[in-house]
Amino acid sequence: MQAFTTLTGIAAPLPKANVDTDQIIPARFLKSISRSGFGKNLFANFRYREDGSENPDFVLNQEPYRKAEILIAFENFGCGSSREHAPWALLDFGIRCVIAPDFADIFHNNSFKNGVLPVKLPREVCEQLMEDARMGGNARLTVDLEREVVVRPNGEEIPFKIDPLRRHLLLNGLDDIGQTMQHAPAIDAFEAKRAAAQPWLAGAAGTTPAGA
Amino acid sequence: MSGQKPRTLFDKIWDAHVVETLPDGTALLYIDLHLTHEVTTPQAFDGLRQAGRKVRRPEATLGVIDHNIATDASRYTGIVDPESRLQVETLEKNAAEFGMPLIPLLDQRQGIVHVIGPELGRSLPGMTIVCGDSHTSTHGAMGALAFGIGTSEVEHVLATQTLLQKPAKNMQVLVEGNLAVGCTAKDIVLAIIGRIGTAGGTGHVIEYAGDAIRALDMAGRMTVCNMSIEGGARAGMVAPDDTTYDYVRTRPFAPKGEALERAIEYWRSLPSDPGAHFDTVVRLDAHAIAPQVTWGTSPEDVLPITGVVPDPEAAADEARREQMRRKMQYMGLAPGQRLQDLKVDVVFVGSCTNSRIEDIRAAAAIARGRKVADGVRAMVVPGSGLVKAQAEEEGLDRILREAGFEWREAGCSMCLGMNPDKLTPGQRCASTSNRNFEGRQGPGGRTHLLSPAMAAAAAIAGRLADVRDYQPKKGDV
Ligand code: SF4
Repeated sequence: MQAFTTLTGIAAPLPKANVDTDQIIPARFLKSISRSGFGKNLFANFRYREDGSENPDFVLNQEPYRKAEILIAFENFGCGSSREHAPWALLDFGIRCVIAPDFADIFHNNSFKNGVLPVKLPREVCEQLMEDARMGGNARLTVDLEREVVVRPNGEEIPFKIDPLRRHLLLNGLDDIGQTMQHAPAIDAFEAKRAAAQPWLAGAAGTTPAGA
Repeated sequence: MSGQKPRTLFDKIWDAHVVETLPDGTALLYIDLHLTHEVTTPQAFDGLRQAGRKVRRPEATLGVIDHNIATDASRYTGIVDPESRLQVETLEKNAAEFGMPLIPLLDQRQGIVHVIGPELGRSLPGMTIVCGDSHTSTHGAMGALAFGIGTSEVEHVLATQTLLQKPAKNMQVLVEGNLAVGCTAKDIVLAIIGRIGTAGGTGHVIEYAGDAIRALDMAGRMTVCNMSIEGGARAGMVAPDDTTYDYVRTRPFAPKGEALERAIEYWRSLPSDPGAHFDTVVRLDAHAIAPQVTWGTSPEDVLPITGVVPDPEAAADEARREQMRRKMQYMGLAPGQRLQDLKVDVVFVGSCTNSRIEDIRAAAAIARGRKVADGVRAMVVPGSGLVKAQAEEEGLDRILREAGFEWREAGCSMCLGMNPDKLTPGQRCASTSNRNFEGRQGPGGRTHLLSPAMAAAAAIAGRLADVRDYQPKKGDV
């Protein structure tokens, strides 16, 4: 996973609440077996018209937002499915940070695991940042995870808070499977205890279905 | 134990699965059962391969093919869409390489992952269950802690049989009283979402309780738990009771004999203690719930079938008005229109919310002796091959076919617009699935969520209809 330290870039305004995962990446595009290539279908139902041509009204089809690295949205961003294709599509497009008043739980989790930083800020602040974002290329935002601040184009610093463990993993680009593997002895011990106390879990329920 | 703080069902299952607590309060949580399907796993197995890792407990893992497949006879001659085929073949290849049990596509036990987990007795009370799919909450009906995870977490569970999790808050949704005629579990859960909103459960695990929930059969409890995610909660659960144990008893992979009795004894210790603390409590009167239907593009946009399309101008602020106007435009609605006047093009009975035998019986009871309206395409897609076989044994397929419904093979089908079953732009669909998002059932498709009985009534009427006007006709099966 790519580390996230500080990002300065163009922010795209998406003034919508409840941006769901079917909007971020519609199900019909989930058929790839790799993690890359989803960017071209990010927000496909908004970005393209029925004949496949670009919809010039959608923000990501406008300059300078084609190069946006930050997305500003409203409440409950990422609600809906557990598909990790949502952060993959954002990442593949080039968006590494989403700022919103709050996020749906699974999307929030999935983002961290892919080096996309979800930043929660109060609605009023998101509205200010939305205005900044509307200024386009002249108004870059900086998201500094090290110092946990968003820097507005006018230099004002807005603090945010990220869970310390997640911040650590993200700053260092660490894979949490490796971390968990260090607890293997504790997992072994837990399994042994569980097999004794709840034998039904290791019994019939644990066997391969016949014919499978 | 005396002196111990009263705990909720969630607390008990959580505590029993914490392997270790990290300094910041994150728990390393042990996972008893990991269900996998073809869409959210290829990248996870790839990750394992790249890192040279194995699946820690293949026997606690089960692969299922459900999202991508056709639900007509074409499945027997191979999947036509090359990308879908590749996803299915990739799951088959990964299962073989990593030793993971897989229900083959043409096996009778194949079906939607959230239908077959409980049906086969793999999902049991007291378990932690995960799957790379947000509707994993369904299995919470067994009295388990079950939730959806992303692909990175799928990889984490495959490699370590654990997850890094922060404890959730406890929410109790109490539904008291008797359901009125024509109302079902689906109406309960839609009414709950209408009340709490799509973000109402964020950060919580919901325990559904009260005598209206107790009175539900397992299928009904699964319908309710299934849509917890639509209320923003990652998991929903119902405490296990005799209804649960009777259901488990007959399942092929469930423990048997003495092992089962021992398990039940343990399961009886799981229900929330009197006085256990819930961070949030929501109360609903079951009797006040009328048959529900959604009008907009979010599951919280729900009304009784007797209602009319709301007026955006009545909304509190401009942002909300604008949002509602957009929903109306997408759905092709005007303020004040009666929901019962909305003509439907398609009716879909299926999905992990409502494709169990009880759901099909409910649809067939309304369809019996009646005909699907002209110009309406109505389909019934059983949740599994076993449900399909049972329905055929009961003659339900015949009743449905005679009424003009299509009777199909098991799968996710028109729930998500990923396989050949899709809406075309502008089509209006009465659907028993769980999401009415824009484009969910196909680009430009318009979804109205409702119960199986309401869906059948809509098929007969050719428009959204009040199931109470379509009482079952007598007849022999
Ligand atoms: S039926 Fe629909 S909601 Fe359920 S698992 Fe399949 S696609 Fe997901």
